[in-house]
Amino acid sequence: MSRSYPDDSVGPFERPPETFTDAHAREIEISVYDDEEFAALAEMYVAFDPADRAQGIPPANEGAIDEWLDTILASGYDVVAYHGDACVGHATLVADSDGAHELAIFVLDTHQAAGIGSRLLEALLGHAGREGTERVWLTVERWNQTAIALYRKVGFGTCDTESFEMEMAIRL
Amino acid sequence: MNVLVGIDGTERAFAAFERVVARVKETGDDLTAAIVASEIERPDTIERRVREVIDGEGIEAAVRRIEGHAGGGLVDLADDGEFDRLVVDGGERSPTGKIRLDPTTEFVLLNAETSVTLAR
Repeated sequence: MSRSYPDDSVGPFERPPETFTDAHAREIEISVYDDEEFAALAEMYVAFDPADRAQGIPPANEGAIDEWLDTILASGYDVVAYHGDACVGHATLVADSDGAHELAIFVLDTHQAAGIGSRLLEALLGHAGREGTERVWLTVERWNQTAIALYRKVGFGTCDTESFEMEMAIRL
Repeated sequence: MNVLVGIDGTERAFAAFERVVARVKETGDDLTAAIVASEIERPDTIERRVREVIDGEGIEAAVRRIEGHAGGGLVDLADDGEFDRLVVDGGERSPTGKIRLDPTTEFVLLNAETSVTLAR
């Protein structure tokens, strides 16, 4: 599939780890995901609000969550956000068959609208950019203006497509 | 029930078709396979494979060809009053696992008066 990326690169973004205070005065720590954190990450997805699912992910039941996580963690890059011992956010890049990466980002409903998604996104792009990733794309539902605004702010541009989803891309 | 299933040349479509055939064997529903012209596979090749599945399972099914716009042709055929249900494959998954519907599926979902089933 041919996809158009912006000509100009964006970044570099800050690399994780970083600690910051979110909009509700909670201390949030963002770091590169380690395999030992699988249980904490899976627990976040078990607690995930079904209303926040998009385009079929994350899966609803626990067995399917583990299987899905195994697939997406197998390639690319991952950063996670913690509030205390609880994982509350995850941003992932998964390799496609074209040498680029697809991005997806998840924040637990209790921790949304607090600036965590924006930090997660920049941390992931900072990490992956330093590791040599150049082309990143994503799809987002057209009605999801909050997410679209976040991606635009970071530097994603809109690609073509007349489908249900909007496609966006960035060059690092 | 009178079921119409659309099949382009993708493996997803054949997998969906085989599931429909297995179900029809149990329910005794009437089945029509609609061969959709696509860039993926020649209609003759698709039809041969469709007939192999039908014959292999020992069921009765009609085979039709859709010429021109795939979604438009499927909707017209389904809506002419003859069919109770239109089945198409449920889409592929992106690297992160997001479901991606192809343009024909989107067209059918938005435009068909007939109930549409996405086979997964």
